[in-house]
Amino acid sequence: MALQSLDITARSATTTPSPSARGEAVKVAKLIDISKCIGCKACQVACMQWNDLRDEVGTNVGVYDNPRDLTDQSWTVMRFSEVEVEAGRLEWLIRKDGCMHCADPGCLKACPAPGAIVQYANGIVDFHEENCIGCGYCITGCPFNIPRISKKDNKAYKCTLCSDRVAVGLEPACVKICPTGAIVFGSKDDMIHHAEGRIEDLKERGYSKAALYDPPGVGGTHVMYVLQHGDQPELYANLPKDPHISPLVGLWKGITKPLMSFGVGLAVFAGFFHYVTAGPKKVEDEEEAKS
Amino acid sequence: MNALIQRYTARERSNHWVVAIAFVLAALSGLALFHPAFFFLTHLFGGGTWTRILHPFIGVLMFLFFMAMAARFWGFNRITPADRQWMKRIGDVLCNRDQNLPELGKYNAGQKLLFWVMVVSLPLLLLSGIVIWQPWFAPSFPIGLLRLAVVIHALAAWVMILGIIVHVYAAIWVKGTIRAMTRGTVSAAWAKHHHRAWYREMTGK
Repeated sequence: MALQSLDITARSATTTPSPSARGEAVKVAKLIDISKCIGCKACQVACMQWNDLRDEVGTNVGVYDNPRDLTDQSWTVMRFSEVEVEAGRLEWLIRKDGCMHCADPGCLKACPAPGAIVQYANGIVDFHEENCIGCGYCITGCPFNIPRISKKDNKAYKCTLCSDRVAVGLEPACVKICPTGAIVFGSKDDMIHHAEGRIEDLKERGYSKAALYDPPGVGGTHVMYVLQHGDQPELYANLPKDPHISPLVGLWKGITKPLMSFGVGLAVFAGFFHYVTAGPKKVEDEEEAKS
Repeated sequence: MNALIQRYTARERSNHWVVAIAFVLAALSGLALFHPAFFFLTHLFGGGTWTRILHPFIGVLMFLFFMAMAARFWGFNRITPADRQWMKRIGDVLCNRDQNLPELGKYNAGQKLLFWVMVVSLPLLLLSGIVIWQPWFAPSFPIGLLRLAVVIHALAAWVMILGIIVHVYAAIWVKGTIRAMTRGTVSAAWAKHHHRAWYREMTGK
């Protein structure tokens, strides 16, 4: 969706500044309070409806997760985890999975196609599929395993945080539909403030480790969770405890990119200057005559 | 009229040039996806998506033809004591003080080094390339392996590109060399000067 074209802070595979005439925008965030989620999947339905997506009807494999995983047609899925944090006390943790909209997006860092991935000034990370070349590097870069390549068109898709709705002052579709108020949307500051109140409430109710999930390893995220067990995010269908862009991706897209390009250029120039200083290696005429 | 010595058969030359053309196409399309500064090269291949589609097929072609060539030339590329001596006198080589250099067979140590760089880097490129090949193979590998493969692919390609730059330059620099790969023959004087042991073997002198 190419709506907020003047509000771009970062653009994939681009070495010059992005359009930023409008300057700073309010950072937005979606807050998902897992303690309030009842697993109704209305958010999945709203996402399908607003974005006009229809995943294939799958098969029941004996768990509530449906569809089983994110796809190019399912940009958000509820992941159900049955855990016993205290022995004998079963808890059903339901996490709405999808793009976290990292402040330091690994997908954008890895993408080789100019403008296929953009980060808006409000914090939303969006894929512009018309520029996508289908190489899958975004999958390599993402610390949360979110982007999916369509089998139909070989383009990468993921949650847009309803950038088209947000651009015109609406909340994302999943936020609008949520019947329990587990998903709320607003400025990131307001959402952090709201989360603090929720965490206080959870602590009073015995969840002493309740915490906000806004991982600093990726610069914070624009989709945040309130976790009852904030010290063990892995309980929630393997939500990473300290996500960060893989050092291999950092190496590949960081220092090696300019250094190796420079090395190739240097080799060409070294050859040219060797030729004009040392000169060609010739077999002398008298040698030619002798043979 | 100088005597000519056959260095490469028509078959060997064709094989070399298939590898060379595939290399140029693979390197240009690979660089295009490596750094934004080279992204404009995707226009040569019909756009970004076509570049992504074509690059791996070009790579496989290069791998197959290089392996055929490697099988032909394997025996000529074993490192010998003379090669070590030649490497120690690389300064003399670069400054064209050829009278200080040892007698060599069909190839010098620089040529052999490129051969072994290719023998190592091409299989690495093939294997890591299969791991990241969208949409055919990449989805069946774990993300950790994909991340390792992209780094190996970039490093191996870089080493190979540097090697080929030196290879091409050396062919331009050492006069009388290019005709070995275009016409298949070199002058006897060239052979005697640069590869004396091979010259003796070929002429019996």
